[in-house]
Amino acid sequence: MNIAGILLAMQGAVSQGVLWGIMVLGVYITYKILDIADLTVDGSFALGGCVCALLVVDKGLDPLLALGLATLAGMIAGAVTGVLHTIFDIPAILAGILTQIGLWSVNLRVMGKSNTPLLKVDTIFSRIVDMSGMKQSAVSLVIGVLIAILIIAFLYWFFGTELGSTLRATGNNENMIRALGVNTKYTKLLALTLSNGLVGLSGALVCQSQKYADIGMGTGAIVIGLAAIVIGEVLMGRLKSFGSKLSSAVIGCVVYFLIRAIVLQLGMDANDMKLLSAVIVALALCIPVAVRKWKIWKSYSEEGPVC
Amino acid sequence: MLTVTNIYKTFNKDTINEKKALCGLSLYLNPGDFVTIIGGNGAGKSTLLNMIAGVYPIDSGKIGIGGVNISRKPEHVRAKYIGRVFQDPMLGTAAGMEIEENLALAYRRGKGRTLKWNITRKEKDLYYEKLKILNLGLETRMNSKVGLLSGGQRQALTLLMATLIAPKLLLLDEHTAALDPKTAKTVLDLTEKMIGEGNLTAMMVTHNMKDAIRLGNRLIMMHEGRIIYDVSGEEKKKLQVSDLLAKFEEASGSEFANDRMMLA
Repeated sequence: MNIAGILLAMQGAVSQGVLWGIMVLGVYITYKILDIADLTVDGSFALGGCVCALLVVDKGLDPLLALGLATLAGMIAGAVTGVLHTIFDIPAILAGILTQIGLWSVNLRVMGKSNTPLLKVDTIFSRIVDMSGMKQSAVSLVIGVLIAILIIAFLYWFFGTELGSTLRATGNNENMIRALGVNTKYTKLLALTLSNGLVGLSGALVCQSQKYADIGMGTGAIVIGLAAIVIGEVLMGRLKSFGSKLSSAVIGCVVYFLIRAIVLQLGMDANDMKLLSAVIVALALCIPVAVRKWKIWKSYSEEGPVC
Repeated sequence: MLTVTNIYKTFNKDTINEKKALCGLSLYLNPGDFVTIIGGNGAGKSTLLNMIAGVYPIDSGKIGIGGVNISRKPEHVRAKYIGRVFQDPMLGTAAGMEIEENLALAYRRGKGRTLKWNITRKEKDLYYEKLKILNLGLETRMNSKVGLLSGGQRQALTLLMATLIAPKLLLLDEHTAALDPKTAKTVLDLTEKMIGEGNLTAMMVTHNMKDAIRLGNRLIMMHEGRIIYDVSGEEKKKLQVSDLLAKFEEASGSEFANDRMMLA
């Protein structure tokens, strides 16, 4: 096996991991802070990519502006799930699935076909490549890390504000925060909107860096998000500060893509990757439970200790 | 301060499980009234408090606080006027957040939440002084997660949070029922102190008849969604547990001491 090839694949995996890491930050908001498993993500990630491709290729829009509009599209998708969940009391998982399924058709309508290449147009990455003369993969990494840091800083600030702490409280104890005068419908709607905005942005960034958008690019995104969060917790679970928890979600995503790159280099079929992702998440969720049960079972003794 | 006029609430209407929880109940509280509420299981005590707080909508009738009609206002809007402590110590606080963060959330009860930082340094000094009053040593643990506290400590904290901004009405729904007797006494003493010092209008549901007689200036007994006995002032002070039992038997035609009622 050729070492240079592996190293190149690794570098690509790291930059890909960081760009997908923005999506993981979105999933972190709903899954960890609000305690909702939001399945909109698969749809809103692809929506971000499709909207970005449409705007850059068909409409000739500035790629930076396209990122902003893709974020907005993601936010709208999140708000739809939010309205279904909060105003009409549809369980969050079902509301997310409904939006996700609907978005499949929306995404096809947006692009008018199932994939769009961005080969001949400018992206934010190609611009920096032209300006700085750095390699494409290095540029992806630098931009990805910069954006991730900016967003982590933004989330750190936001969840420290009065409004942000009511979102955290909503995930913690809905009854309590309602008794303290907060409309929890509003906080949940806001969290879902914010989360899917980040997911849409991530989809647009991935689209620009890989130079194509595909209708299926978001399939399994939620599982990657959960896998990344779980891996991040396993690796950096000892760090308790909010900033480091957010960072660990992005780092978990990078590690996920590294694992993926390695198993692909080892000759695994790319189509088996989704199974591997599912197994990683399932194991990560099962092992702590199994260990806890085993400990309780094992610690039983008929005699009992001396107190 | 509080005007409850002819309210009705039926759960599971038109089903086999239909339960008339409140039947044309009216109640008027003056500012500074501290009312204790007793009654058997299913009498409608908790339902009354939940209706006032807006947890469920009422079927008909009117509820007003300080002259404002809140009959159809949602729970989070009523929170502006009402402080609440629940029976379950887990319900009143956010376990995953720090003590000072919980207090900061309570300090903004009924106010709009902005993008300002959630705790100012000046507030921390206030919280420190307030926690000191509880005498549980919580003032030295302001950055601890609330989930690390015991049930009694959490209930005392909830009480502090409910009264941090003086509410127009304080609702206490059997807030010491889940605590051991010693802790219950501590929390009850704190309750008395806070209501007294703040001259708060309060309603307290309890199953302990001695507490119901000892605390507050007014006592009401509920049965099947109605108030069957309402006593205040000197007459209340002279009450004995046996009087309450007799009153209940007279009104309901059955034995009172058949459920969780504590006579001791």
